Amino acid sequence: MKLDELQEIAEHEVDFQRAYKYRINVCCSSGCVPFGAFKVLKAFEDAVKELGVEKECKVARTGCIGTCSVGPAVLIEPGDYLYQSVTPEKVREIVRDHIVLGLPAKEMLYSDKAFFEKQHRLVLRNAGKIDPSRIQDYIAMGGYSAIAKCLATMTPQGVIYEIRTSGLRGRGGAGFPTGQKWSLVARAQNTPKYIVANLDEGDPGVFANRTLAEADPHAIIEGMLIAAYAVGAEKGYLYIRSEYPLAIQTLQKAIAQGKTMSLLGDNVLETGFKFNLELRFGQGAFVAGEETAILASVEGRRAMPRPRPPYPANSGLWGKPTLIQNVETLANIPLIVQNGGLWFHKIGTPKCTGTKCFSLTGKINNPGLIEVPMGTTLREVVFDIGGGIPEGKRFKAVLVGGPSGGCLPETLLEVPIDYDSLTKAGAIMGSGGIVVIDESDCMVDTAKFFTEFCVDESCGRCTPCRAGLPRMKEIYDRITSGIGKVEDVQTLEKNGVFIRDASLCGLGQTAPNPILTTLRYFKEEYMQHIVEKKCQAGKCFRSKEAEA
Amino acid sequence: MSVSETRRSMLEKVMKEHNFQESALLEILHRAQEIYGYLSKELLMDISQSLDLPPSHVFGVATFYSLFKLTEPGEHIVTGCLGTACYVKGVEDIMQAVEKEFRVKRGETTRDRKLSLFVTRCIGACAMAPNMVVDDEVIGKATKEVAIEKIKLALKGGPRRETR
Amino acid sequence: MSTATVTLKIDGVETTVPQGTTILKAARDAGVAIPTLCNLEGLSAYGGCRMCLVEITGSPKLFVACSTPVGMGMEVTTNSVRLKEYRKMVVQTLLAERTHICSVCVADDHCELQAMASQLGVDHVALERNWTGMEIDSTHDFLVIDRNRCILCTRCIRVCDEIEGVHTLDLKLRGKDAQVIMDLDEHWGNSCSCTSCRKCAKVCPVGAIYIEGEPISHTKRKDIAEFILLRRNR
Repeated sequence: MKLDELQEIAEHEVDFQRAYKYRINVCCSSGCVPFGAFKVLKAFEDAVKELGVEKECKVARTGCIGTCSVGPAVLIEPGDYLYQSVTPEKVREIVRDHIVLGLPAKEMLYSDKAFFEKQHRLVLRNAGKIDPSRIQDYIAMGGYSAIAKCLATMTPQGVIYEIRTSGLRGRGGAGFPTGQKWSLVARAQNTPKYIVANLDEGDPGVFANRTLAEADPHAIIEGMLIAAYAVGAEKGYLYIRSEYPLAIQTLQKAIAQGKTMSLLGDNVLETGFKFNLELRFGQGAFVAGEETAILASVEGRRAMPRPRPPYPANSGLWGKPTLIQNVETLANIPLIVQNGGLWFHKIGTPKCTGTKCFSLTGKINNPGLIEVPMGTTLREVVFDIGGGIPEGKRFKAVLVGGPSGGCLPETLLEVPIDYDSLTKAGAIMGSGGIVVIDESDCMVDTAKFFTEFCVDESCGRCTPCRAGLPRMKEIYDRITSGIGKVEDVQTLEKNGVFIRDASLCGLGQTAPNPILTTLRYFKEEYMQHIVEKKCQAGKCFRSKEAEA
Repeated sequence: MSVSETRRSMLEKVMKEHNFQESALLEILHRAQEIYGYLSKELLMDISQSLDLPPSHVFGVATFYSLFKLTEPGEHIVTGCLGTACYVKGVEDIMQAVEKEFRVKRGETTRDRKLSLFVTRCIGACAMAPNMVVDDEVIGKATKEVAIEKIKLALKGGPRRETR
Repeated sequence: MSTATVTLKIDGVETTVPQGTTILKAARDAGVAIPTLCNLEGLSAYGGCRMCLVEITGSPKLFVACSTPVGMGMEVTTNSVRLKEYRKMVVQTLLAERTHICSVCVADDHCELQAMASQLGVDHVALERNWTGMEIDSTHDFLVIDRNRCILCTRCIRVCDEIEGVHTLDLKLRGKDAQVIMDLDEHWGNSCSCTSCRKCAKVCPVGAIYIEGEPISHTKRKDIAEFILLRRNR
C-alpha cells in the first residue's frame, strides 16, 4: 500500500460500514471469552440471519468495553446501547426487540451511567467499536494516518517536539517524560537503534495493557512506528507475557496484516522508511518488566536488572541505543501526532497531562477497566465510577500500584491521580492497578501478601532486596501468628527504608511501599496484632480462634 | 518416525527458524517445552550444544522463569491465580480446599501423576476474581465447590495431552 | 585514545581523572577508600552487594561507585551518616541470610566479609539468622563449594566466564533461592566443562569455595584477574 492509498482505503471502509444501519459489537476480550463471548457472537450471527435483518446489521467481535464483571458485554451502535451478561439464549430476544422492533430491551441494558461519566477514553478510543482482527476497521477510524502524516510532512525532530509539548509521561509506572526520552535516543550516535514495547504487565491485579492489545493492537503498532521514525530505529521488539494468549494471537494477526499492507517491513508505505517488528514472550518473571531486565530477556538471558548509568538510551540492547516504552504510552502517540501536543496538554493536569487506564478491582461494585483524566481523585474512582463497596461494608483502603504501591486510607481519598501526588502519599502510579479493600481485610495481612510477592519475584542480584525482604516476610509471619514483638515495628520501618534506598532496581526500591504505608497509616492494626494478638478483620490467628 | 524422532525434528525446525541465535533462547525453550511437555536435563543439554551455549547459562535461564517446568507435570494441570484481586476475593480458601481434597500441595504433582497444582501470579481476569484454571479452562468467580467439581470432571475425562 | 579528563569533587576534595573512570577508581586514586565486596579489579562490575553506594549532589538516588562513571563537576559524598549505616546493614543482612559461623570456617581470619564487619564496627545482627543446611559439594578432586557461606557476589562466575572463558559456573533460580551451579546443576566432580583452574577459589571473598587441604591464605589471590589481563594485553 502506498501513502496516498491509505486515505482511499479509509474512505472505502467507512462507506462499506455506513451501509449497515446497526453495528453489533460483541466483546471478545479475555474477561468475556471464558463466559461464552464467542458463543454469543455466533448466536448474533445466526439470529440476524434468522430474523432477516442481515443486511442491516454488522455483527462484529470487539475489544474490552470496561464492564468486566458483567460480561459477556455487547455494544449496539448507533446510540451506544450496552447490554450486560448476554447469553446465547438472550440473543434472539435482543435482536428481535432492538433491531426488528426498534425498541432496546431496557431490562438487559447496563444501567450504571456513573461508570462511564467520569471516564475519558483516549487510549481505549477504539475499544468496543472496532474489530481488532480487521486492520480496515482501524484505518476507517483514522488509523495509520498519523504515521502517514509523519512520513509525508514531518521531520523526526518535529515529531519529538510535539511529544515534548504534550507533556506525556511514561505510563509504565515511573512517569519519565516521554519526549525527553525520545530526544536522548535520537541524539545517541551509535547504530542500529531499537524500540522495545513493554507489555510484560506482571503486576498482579492489572490487565490494562492486555485489554489494549486485545482491543486495539494497531494503536500500539502505529505508536511504535512513529517512535522508530522519530528516534531513528529500524527494529522493534514487542515483549508480551505468555500468560496472555489471546492478546498474543491478536497482535500476531495485526502484525501479519500490517506487513501485507506495507505498514511494516523494509519499505513502509513505499517511502523507504524501514521498520520490522518482532514479538518476544515473557516466561513468568515480574522483574522482566523492569527496563534493563526486559533488555536482558530479549537478549536471551536471565531477566536481571543492571546498574545505571549507562542508560538504555545510550546503551541498551546489545549495547545500542534503545527506547523502551510501555504500550499504553505508545497508544497515546498517534493521537498526539494527529491533534498536536498542545491539544493533549489540555487534558489532565498541567504537570501530569493526558489520561491513565486502570484496572479497578477488589471489593467494589463495578470492577472493570477504566480510563480517567489525570487529576481525577481516588474518591471519584472508588465511589463514583466504582459504585462504592458492595454488601454495605465499610471502605478500608485503596491499594494503588500493586505490590510496588501504597495502601492508602480513607483520609487520602481526595488525593488526585497524578505521579507526584501519589508519590507524596507513599504510593506509585504503577502500571495502573487500583484494588479496593473493606473492613473484612487486614492491613497487616495485605502488607504480608505484597511482601511475599516481591520475595518470590526478586531477581537475586542485590543484597537489600534478595536478602532483606525475606526477613521482613518472616517478621510478618510471626506477627500474623501471634508471636510478634513490639520492636518488629521499628525493624520493619528501618529495613524498609534501607531496602527502598539501597536496592538496585525499581522492584526492590518500591517493594517496601506497602510495608511503609501500612505502618504510616494503619499502625494501630500492627499494635493490635502484636500486643492484643487480635485481628479486627478476622483474617489472622484463624487457627487459634478455631481452637478457642 | 518414532515419537522422539518427530519431536527432535520439530525442535530442530524451531532452532533453525531462529537461526540458532543465542538471543532466541527463551523462545526456543518455550517451544521446546510445548513439544516435549517439560524441559528435562537431556533436552537442556541438547539445546545448549545446538546453540553452542554453556550448559550452566542455559540452566540458569531455564530456572529463572516460572513458566519453565523442569519436571514432568501431571496429566492435568490446575492453576490458582494468586493475584491481588483474586487473593482479596478469597482464592486462598479455594486453593486450600483443593489441596485438601486431592491431597496435593501447590507446586507439586499427585503421586499417581494425574494432577499437578500450580500457582500463577496473575492471568489478567481480575474483574472475575477469584480465578482458577483447570487445564486450559478459566473458571471465573470460582467457589470451592465449583473448582473441585471441575477438577473431578477433568480427572474423569482422561489425560489432557499425550503422556509418555 | 581520548585524553579527555573530568574534574570532580569527592568528599569535598577536587580531583581530575580520565573520562570514563569509575567513581570507585577515582576515589581510590584520591586516597578515599570506598568499601566493596562484589567488586574485583579485572572483572566487570556487578553492582550487587551495594557496599559502594555513594551520594551524588542533585540526585535523590544512591549510585554504585564501582560502575558509575565520573561526571564533570560531580559532587560525590562517600561517608555520610546514612551511607555508613547502610553499609553496616548490608553486612548484617548478609550475615543473616545464610549460615556464617566464623570459628569453624576455613576462611576465618582471611575473610573479606568478616574483615568488613570488623572494619565497620558491626558487632551484632539485628535480623533473625537463618540455618540454611545445604549440602557441601566436595565431589571435585580438590575444589569444594559450601553454599551456606555464599554471599552471591558472583566473582566466581565472572572470573570463570571472563578470564578462564569456559563459563562452567552460573546462577540457578532467582531471589533468595539463587545458587551458584556448575553446568546443568551437576556435582562439581561430574562437571564436563570445568578446567580445574582454581580461579574461583582464588577470588571467593569468603569461605564458600576453597581447596581441600590447602590453607586459605595460600589459595586466595585478589589480583588474579587484573594480573592475567595485564599480561594478556601486553
